[in-house]
Order: sequence, then structure tokens, then C-alpha cells
Amino acid sequence: MIMENLKAKAFDLRKDVVNMIMEGKGGHIGGDMSVMEILMSLYFCQMNVTPENQDSPDRDRFVLSKGHSVEAYYAVLAAKGFLDIQDVIKKFSKFGSSYIGHPNNKLPGIEMNSGSLGHGLPVCVGMALAGKKDHRDYRVYTVMGDGELAEGSVWEGFMAGHQYKLDNLCAVIDRNRLQISGNTEDVMGHDDLGERIRSFGWHVIEVKNGNDIDALNKAFEEAKTVKGQPTAIIADTTKGYGSAVMENKANWHHKVPTQEEYQQIMADFEARKEAALNE
Amino acid sequence: MNKIPNRQAICNVLLEKAKEDKDIMVLCSDSRGSASLAPFAEAFPDQFVETGIAEQNLVSISAGLAKCGKKPFAASPACFLSTRSYEQAKIDVAYSNTNVTLIGISGGISYGALGMSHHSAQDIAAMSAIPNMRVYLPSDRHQTKCLIEALLQDEKPAYVRVGRNPVEDVYSEENCPFQMDKANILTEGKDIAIVACGEMVRPALDAAKILEEKGVHATVVDMYCVKPLDTETLLKAVEGVSAVITVEEHAPFGGLGSMVSQVVGAKCPKEVINMALPDAPVITGTSREVFDYYGLNAEGIAAKAMELM
Ligand SMILES: Cc1ncc(C[n+]2csc(CCOP(=O)(O)OP(=O)(O)O)c2C)c(N)n1
Ligand SMILES: [Mg+2]
Repeated sequence: MIMENLKAKAFDLRKDVVNMIMEGKGGHIGGDMSVMEILMSLYFCQMNVTPENQDSPDRDRFVLSKGHSVEAYYAVLAAKGFLDIQDVIKKFSKFGSSYIGHPNNKLPGIEMNSGSLGHGLPVCVGMALAGKKDHRDYRVYTVMGDGELAEGSVWEGFMAGHQYKLDNLCAVIDRNRLQISGNTEDVMGHDDLGERIRSFGWHVIEVKNGNDIDALNKAFEEAKTVKGQPTAIIADTTKGYGSAVMENKANWHHKVPTQEEYQQIMADFEARKEAALNE
Repeated sequence: MNKIPNRQAICNVLLEKAKEDKDIMVLCSDSRGSASLAPFAEAFPDQFVETGIAEQNLVSISAGLAKCGKKPFAASPACFLSTRSYEQAKIDVAYSNTNVTLIGISGGISYGALGMSHHSAQDIAAMSAIPNMRVYLPSDRHQTKCLIEALLQDEKPAYVRVGRNPVEDVYSEENCPFQMDKANILTEGKDIAIVACGEMVRPALDAAKILEEKGVHATVVDMYCVKPLDTETLLKAVEGVSAVITVEEHAPFGGLGSMVSQVVGAKCPKEVINMALPDAPVITGTSREVFDYYGLNAEGIAAKAMELM
């Protein structure tokens, strides 16, 4: 079997995201780019979720807590067979569309509606707790933004995850160090985030390159071996990853590229894709 | 075509007043850009507090500041401010009676295609139900300016909701009659009364023009003070007309329509029709597309009025 080159595919999915945003005239582009490999690792390598088993009580569960990265989520769900990517690109955010600017569980493959930050982790605590009660061995995953961690509800979730020893729960933090108003450490800092979460009783894995699918897969595999406590994966990502036009720039949190920027971004994606294919 | 959204009008007043009054403070929850308050943060870093994405913290910190003599303005998207930090507004602001002004930005369906998580169609109902909380929805930038200046003069809790986009002027710089908690009767007509608040006032006024051409004379009321509702002006406006229409960017329950119906039903019963958003997630689209779809525009209001004639 020829393994698909996921590192290259990541840039094709990024093109889908940018096309969606151009068509829909809006979108949270920076966080889409930073979270892409996390979603791909989960959907293509880790979770047992497919369009065929989406109603199975034993499927793994996922909640996109940083719901504003819905464009990346749509691209991954489409690549997984849940959605038709051309249909998404054509209708995203348009009048009467079902592809709105945040996850909505009227669409196939999406478990929970999100968009208001700070909900995903506590919801996932509930899902993981249900799995324990029912003796099912599905795993539960959520992805949060690092700015999102300022919400108190996140830390209530961390406490509960530890209290109930939810080793079937794994929270990923898209640690891109940016939020709308700038650097996370200037807005509401986390100091040593790993130490903080560890002190809440969680197993913490720090992934140095959070846009590297192999490194993420390794972390998710380690999380599966941890017993008696939940795992947090802090993925050091780059906001806007894939093109120098937007990398590490706070003002690309929510932005529609100009035609010129669009051409440059697409060319950058193509170059990175080529590099990945030749790796 | 006016280019200045009401949120910017708020910032302009605060920028002006903060020069003299060092107790004025602005608090944001990663929302300074969307609140148009970045210039304030730049100009008065010592009078600005950033809480990060933490709306509950935002409101409680504001209450603490107020209790110690500060005049905090807490600005955050209306959807999160009114529901996420609802209990903080109820206990720390209204119940403890602290001098906090809550500024709900991008209110109603301003965020369009971002969906229901980002819409605030419950805020009037929620905030109005809290004793000691006042609720204001200014109709344009001129009235917004007058309202913020008036709120700086008193020391009571208030919730102000403004939208994201610029709205057509209802008033002008020279002609903006404003009295705290007094609604404005914008046009007087004997046939029907249209009572609106916030950014629905302008379309209500335009509807009156359409109706006038059809020989129907409408009274239009700008009820910016949803709570305390100006019942005196309301009763004066509805006296003699055959029916009343309320218009608001809100869910159909617990908002302006409910409050007006209560008063009219008790004091001078007649037909009251509430025009509002549906009791459901609204259709995907820009706020303009959504308003047009549900008839929350001049034509839609005029058509509803004709049905009642
Ligand atoms: C409760 C809540 N408050 C505010 C917002 C508005 N908002 C959307 S994205 C965002 C910044 C998120 O930053 P971060 O969590 O770091 O995400 P990322 O950098 O991955 O985009 C904010 C404040 C929201 N969606 N929910
Ligand atoms: Mg971030």
C-alpha cells in the first residue's frame, strides 16, 4: 500500500481553506493554518471516525473548542469524506448556507456546536466520563487555542478531568502564541504552561514542532499509554503556517487576502508541498 | 452615507473625557479591536485593562474597580458579555450596585454568518430581567454620544448594546434631542405607532415615509431606553392610533415587544404586533441579508403596517 503523503496533503487542504475564505469573504485564517496538522493527525491517523461509523457508540469523539478554525475543520472533514469540498467552497458563509463560520452539528461529522471559547474541554470531560460509565473504550479529543485558556471554564475542565481520572481524554493546545490583540504573553500570559497544566494533575506532552504530523502522532500514541490521568498536548505551532505572508502575524487572525496576497500564499503552499514530496 | 459605527462614537467620547477624568477605565477581553477601543488603549494605557478571553473576569474586575471609585466601561461582544458573564452582571454589578457600564458590541446579528454562538438575540431579555440593570440601545452615532456622556454623569449599572456596522443617521450633530430615559417621538401620525430601538429605528423611520406616500400616517418612537421603558412617552404615542408595531433586533420573547405589549395591554389595550428575529438560529448571511429575509427593513415594516390598516 502506498502511504499518502500527509505532509504534502496539508498544503492542499490549506489551499481549500484559503479558497473558502476568498469565496465567503471572511474567515479565521491564521488559526486555520496553525491547527491544520493537529486536525489531520487526529482524523487521518488517530481517531476511528469515518462517515461509515459516525453513529457508532464506540467512535472516538472530537470537539473543536477553538471553533473559529472551522475552515480547516471543513477541509479535513471533506478530505475524510464527510463533506463535498467544492460544495463547501462554493457556499461557505453565503446566504442560506449550512456551512457557517463555526462548527455546527447539523453537518455530518461534527459532534458539537462551538464558537464561544472555553466550552470544549468541559464538554469533553462529559463525553469521557460517559465512556467510563458505559465501559466503552473510545477516546475523546479537543483542541483549544492558547488565548482561549484565559477562560476560567477551561481550568474547571482541567480539574474535573483529573478528579475523574479520565485517561480516555486528550486535550490539545494550539500554542501559536497569538490571539486577536497580539502576543498571548502580553495579553494574559501563561508562564510555563506545561508546568501549570501538570500541576492540575494532567500528563503533559510538549511537541516542539506542532505543525509536524509525525511529532503529533508520536504524542498521541504516548497519550494512549497513560493510565489514570488525562493528557494535554501542548503543540508549539506557527499561526498562519504555510506562507510568510501571514506567518506569526497577529493581524492575520481574521483576514481575507487581497488578490496579490492570494497569489503569493498559493505559490508558497505549492512550494512547501513540493518540498514535502521531495523530503 | 455615515461611515462611523456606534462603537466608534463610544470610543470618541471616552477618549475625550478620559483626559480630564482619570477614574474612567476601559476594560476589554481580547476585544479592543472589535470594540474600536484600540485608540483608547494606546492613548491611556494606565486607564486600560486587558483581561484576555475571560468575560466573567472582565465583569467582576470592573465591579471591583467601581467599588473602589473607578468608572469602568467593560466592552466585549454582546453575545458573550450578556450570557457568559450573566451572573457577574447580576450579582457583582446590578445587585451590589456598582458603577459599571457594560458595552455589548457587535450586538444582535452583527456577526452574520458566524452563527448563533456569536449572535446576541437574548441580551435585552436577559439584562432587563435583572433588578437595577438599565438597558439602552442607541439608534445612531449622535444618540450614542449623548448616551455615553449621560452615563458618565450617573453612578448606576447599565448595559448598552451597539452593532458592528455603521448605521444611517437618525439625528444630526445639531439636532439630537436627548433626555436620559426619555424616548423620542420622531414623527407623529394618527393611524399607527411604530416603536423601535437600536438600529431598527432608522428603518422604522423610513417605513413611515413609505406609509406616508400611501396615505397612512405613522408615529415613530425611538425607545432607546428599553429599561426603564419610557411608558409616559409610549402611552402618548399609542393614544389614538389603531395599532402598534414594535421592531427590534432580538428574539421574539422578553425584548422591546414584550415590554411594550405589557404596558399597552394594561393601560390602553389595542393590537400590538411584534416584529423581531425568529425563535430559531437565523438563516446564514450578512446582517443585511438576514434583515431582508425576515422583513426587518423599511419595506417589511411598511408592509406589516398596511396589513393592519
Ligand atoms: C467566549 C469567547 N470570547 C471571545 C471570542 C472571540 N474570539 C474569537 S477567536 C479569538 C481569539 C482566539 O485566540 P486563540 O485562542 O489563541 O486562538 P488561535 O490563535 O488559535 O486562533 C477571540 C477572542 C469567542 N469566540 N468566544
Ligand atoms: Mg493562539
